[in-house]
Amino acid sequence: MRAAVITFPGSNCDRDLAIAFANAGFDVTRVWHKDTTLPEHTDIVGLPGGFSFGDYLRCGAIAAQSPICRDVVRFADGGGFVLGVCNGFQILTETGLLPGILMRNAGLTFVAKPVDLRITGRSIFTDGYRVNRITVPVAHHDGNYQASDDELDQLDAEGRVAFRYVDTPNGAARDIAGITSANGRILGMMPHPERAIDPALGDTDGAPLFAGLIEVMNTA
Amino acid sequence: MKAIVHVTLKNGVLDPQGEAVKSALGGMGFDGVNGVRQGKVIELDLAEGTSEATVTEMCEKLLANTVIESYRIELT
Repeated sequence: MRAAVITFPGSNCDRDLAIAFANAGFDVTRVWHKDTTLPEHTDIVGLPGGFSFGDYLRCGAIAAQSPICRDVVRFADGGGFVLGVCNGFQILTETGLLPGILMRNAGLTFVAKPVDLRITGRSIFTDGYRVNRITVPVAHHDGNYQASDDELDQLDAEGRVAFRYVDTPNGAARDIAGITSANGRILGMMPHPERAIDPALGDTDGAPLFAGLIEVMNTA
Repeated sequence: MKAIVHVTLKNGVLDPQGEAVKSALGGMGFDGVNGVRQGKVIELDLAEGTSEATVTEMCEKLLANTVIESYRIELT
């Protein structure tokens, strides 16, 4: 399985995300934001955390219009898998691939700490979990997920809220930490699973996300 | 020619930054500030003859996120 991890100016979790994919067994290619096409035979795209373009205008807004993102949208529209973490989630909402928006944290402070999550929507991204509760770090200033009541109802009804905070650190509507697309092939989440894969650094609850992903993709 | 684009949060959208500014004004002794909404003003220096429709397209595609923001264009 081939993963393409995009780097934007200001990305700072791109290497971590690439390592997380590689540790799970993906062949990883790093892709620059000015590239106009994804590598051939890309199976999944990773949009990393960070502060692309300095969070100018709105978080993720300028990255969403970058040359590579046009191809990511094409790839996703064709049924491709996409994982967006933190700034990657913000980019996914700005491209319109996922509904809603990530606003400034309700408490106005940057939040960086491990948080407990409940797995509340099953998809290919949660297949590796045999538990319903995990601990993964967050590190963001704009993680306050908001969408219209109709959109939130739809996400709930379709089981697309992949992760919810046990105790929301940012004021997100309905404690939403991560959502999937209608076809279940795009996941955007604020917490960082790629920062929780190595026992030497503490929590490893992020690893099953990547391990489960490649297992399902290999058998599909 | 110039276009000035005012981007503001839609009514009903919580504005944590506006709330913080309101709280700071209250703390400074400015009474009677019932609400603060923070937005953006974007000045565009444009080639003569650029149509308002083009500026609208810029707003829809990049300058505003119409999920939560509305915009107003002033051509000068």
